[in-house]
Amino acid sequence: MNTPLRRVGVAMMVMMMILLANATYVQVIKAEEYRTSPYNVRGRLEMLSRERGSIIAADGTPLATVTPIPDKDRWQRVYANGPMYLPVTGYLSNTYGSNGLERAENDLLIGEDDRLFTRRLSDLITGRDPKGASLQVTINPKAQQAAYEALGDRTGAVVAIEPKTGKILALVSTPSFDPNKLAVQDGQEEKAYWAEVTQDNPAQPDANRALSWTYPPGSTFKLVVAAAGLEEGMDKSTQVDARPTITLPGTNTELPNFNGTNCNNGVNATLEQAIAQSCNTAFAKLAGDLGTAKLREQAAKFGIDDQKYQVPMTTAASTLGPVPDQAALFQTGIGQRDVQVTPLANAVMVATIANKGVRMKPYLVDKILGTDTATVDETKPDEVDEAISEDSAQLLTEMMIAAENKAGGAGKLSNIQIASKTGTAEWGVGSTPNPHAWYTAFAPANDPQIALAVIVEKSGGKRDGAATGSLVAAPVGRAVISSYLGSR
Amino acid sequence: MGSPGTGAEDTPLARASGTSPGLKPPPTKRSTELFLLAFGAVLVTAALVLVEANQEKELSLNIIWYGLAYLVMLAVTHLAVRTWAPYADPVILPCVTLLNGIGLVMIHRIDLGMADVLVDGEPWSAAAPKQVMWTGLSLVLFCAALKLLKDHRTLAKFGYVSGLVGLVALILPGVLPGFIAPTINGAKIWLRFGGVSIQPGEFAKILLMVFFAAFLVSKRDLFTIAGRRFLGMDLPRARDLGPLIAVWAVVVSVMVLQKDLGSSLLFFGIVLVLLYVATERAVWIIIGTVLFMGAAVAAWRMFTHVQTRVDNWVDPFADPGGAGYQIVQSLFGFGTGGLFGAGLGGGRPDQIPEANTDFIAAVIGEELGLVGLTAVLLLYTVFALRGLRNALAVRDTFGKLLGGGLAFAVAFQVFIIIGGVMKLIPMTGITAPFLSKGGSSLLANYVLVALLLRISDAARSPQAPVKPRVQQPAIADQFTVMVERPK
Repeated sequence: MNTPLRRVGVAMMVMMMILLANATYVQVIKAEEYRTSPYNVRGRLEMLSRERGSIIAADGTPLATVTPIPDKDRWQRVYANGPMYLPVTGYLSNTYGSNGLERAENDLLIGEDDRLFTRRLSDLITGRDPKGASLQVTINPKAQQAAYEALGDRTGAVVAIEPKTGKILALVSTPSFDPNKLAVQDGQEEKAYWAEVTQDNPAQPDANRALSWTYPPGSTFKLVVAAAGLEEGMDKSTQVDARPTITLPGTNTELPNFNGTNCNNGVNATLEQAIAQSCNTAFAKLAGDLGTAKLREQAAKFGIDDQKYQVPMTTAASTLGPVPDQAALFQTGIGQRDVQVTPLANAVMVATIANKGVRMKPYLVDKILGTDTATVDETKPDEVDEAISEDSAQLLTEMMIAAENKAGGAGKLSNIQIASKTGTAEWGVGSTPNPHAWYTAFAPANDPQIALAVIVEKSGGKRDGAATGSLVAAPVGRAVISSYLGSR
Repeated sequence: MGSPGTGAEDTPLARASGTSPGLKPPPTKRSTELFLLAFGAVLVTAALVLVEANQEKELSLNIIWYGLAYLVMLAVTHLAVRTWAPYADPVILPCVTLLNGIGLVMIHRIDLGMADVLVDGEPWSAAAPKQVMWTGLSLVLFCAALKLLKDHRTLAKFGYVSGLVGLVALILPGVLPGFIAPTINGAKIWLRFGGVSIQPGEFAKILLMVFFAAFLVSKRDLFTIAGRRFLGMDLPRARDLGPLIAVWAVVVSVMVLQKDLGSSLLFFGIVLVLLYVATERAVWIIIGTVLFMGAAVAAWRMFTHVQTRVDNWVDPFADPGGAGYQIVQSLFGFGTGGLFGAGLGGGRPDQIPEANTDFIAAVIGEELGLVGLTAVLLLYTVFALRGLRNALAVRDTFGKLLGGGLAFAVAFQVFIIIGGVMKLIPMTGITAPFLSKGGSSLLANYVLVALLLRISDAARSPQAPVKPRVQQPAIADQFTVMVERPK
């Protein structure tokens, strides 16, 4: 019986060899694939068990912190004033991942960024638990709060920028939701809340409207057209076409002024009057005269060039669209047709005018702080482009002061001179009585400290004559300017 | 192995060293066993310390008590072997207790990892204390088996009885009503008395092996009679196939009814190997494999749960969150562990389903890496090969057959379950011997070890003392005889 027994022994050896070979295949050759599979949540769980860095506002107000969960090797993310700062912090969920700064700066927040190398090394030697770096953001809590409260329960967004540096002072998107409710440890609660704010909710509170959504800029885009005109040698008093309506070239379609009103005398007007009264016909014609190439070039200098910003979250790209013919160019001139901008891009555009024509790169993270709150790294303002000459910027500023003086709406400031441009943008079929309301502005006009863009979607429910940029969006912008400058 | 003394008894030097070779008994090697047991205990305690350090971030004095308790259990077991089976193989018990110890540490580690995870809305109940209790009971049963069974050949007399009991034990959960034989995870293989669940199939495995070994030894000739020659093979006569067909039918149908595919494969494999060893004719393996393939294909076509298993084996990533979830998470565990593993206590056993039973190999693969998994597989290999070696050495055919069958059973079970969780073969739910949580499995497998040790004791103990030859004194010591010169 020994021969078959020996063969059984060989068979046993062969089975073990096969197991070992297969183990090697799975744990060495396929290991990388399994480790990085999107279905493998181990990496994310590891991330959650780290003591995550905080996110604090420019004045030190904590926006996102952690507290230890009793008896567990985990940390609970806590968002102070979660809904208001959601567009900045983003959320961090066990199940649904993260967004906002939580995602964009995850490496820093969990302490794995290369910039933290020396600290990681010292942690390793001293045996400290690895801890993430904290982020000090550029957000001014006063401006943020003013914007959030002024928008109220309306759908929209506010982006405010410091023109000289590109620091983002306020970043608001409404409606919002509470990221604390996704940071809970109870999977059922988290799941229910996720359903409530995402698939079940037509208001889409999970969208960051300030950075990730694009809208037609409407009349606020006339600043870009005017800037192109000024760069071509025009000035404030250059006469432009001011008829109540014009026919789009090559079509029978009439393009009227707002409510079909006259602009100035109904024949011609100065460029300043055209901005102040927001004459559609004047800017449609002006865009047509400048041509697509010049207009596109000027828009690109302002940052409307199909590029995405990294603030560090990746934003949507702003674009003029294809502009296939002269009729499209006319419509593009008044910020309609296929022009799509993010509120951020529109804020950058006015900030560029405010900063004497120099466009600064917008940014949200000011400082990276180590565990001992020492600054590890600091963002330096970055000049991207000279969009227009200082003279053109000055002329645009004067025209925007005229526009602000002409504009109606509540919340006018007596002690601060604002330069602004409103917009009332149609956004699709049937949108005419219920357009989006825009307000782009900076202040004080002679020494700009803040530039901003406000959009209130569908004018917050106002219709027809009540649905304009000046009546709906301007009060929001003025409230932000007032509380920001008042807080300084 | 690894001990310097192992295997030395066969060298000429060892034999030459005795002044009177015929009288000195062969070495028992019990000290080797003691040394290996202590080595295993140190490893297990160190593993426990690492788990506690990584999971709880603090060490308590409890660890010393755990370590000592483990050591005491091993010492008692060692003394039992020393007393009742002094010539038993010195490597088998250390292999087994080390595997058992690793299993205990991993089960405790999984308890810690699952402490804050809700399972079906219920808090996780720690499995390690129960497993420690079962280990204690198993060792008691192990000692009792060594004490009561003086000679393994006694078992052959109870061949038919154990066959009958084994068959009943196998069938019982399938036919009893649900309140006493509940369906757990789709398989109806448990019996529940009060709070205790046992799996009679684990014991049936050994009982049926005893039966087959006894049966085959007494009826060997029946199976070796050649039938017709066909395609170069000596086919058995049709009527001799009867017993095999009967076993095949019973095992397969019982297992299909209980939806326990892994055990079905295991039983049938064991029967085939016993038949092959007893008859020394490979044709049984071929016939058996063909029969089993037929049954497997039929089961695959008839039963959706078999189809699901096969589909998940072919492509688990087709439904990674649903049907393929278990195997996908298991592969992630192995893959994340990689070559050196995440470290004891550093893995994510809460991600791997059934982590402390069927998928315990995946947790070991994640935390100890390929290196640790290889070590565990080699422990099994050494254990099974030592068992087989003793089967080769033992002098009676029943012992050979039973020992070989038991050794093969362990190796084959490891192949089925670890191959399953690594997607080498379709996944079937059986336990990894000594590692997985489960009282029945532990009890039965320790009985298996007791039988193997008993057989090895018979193989290695000196034969009935040979009558010493009368020694001739050396020439120099002979008294001188005066030789008279012839006159």
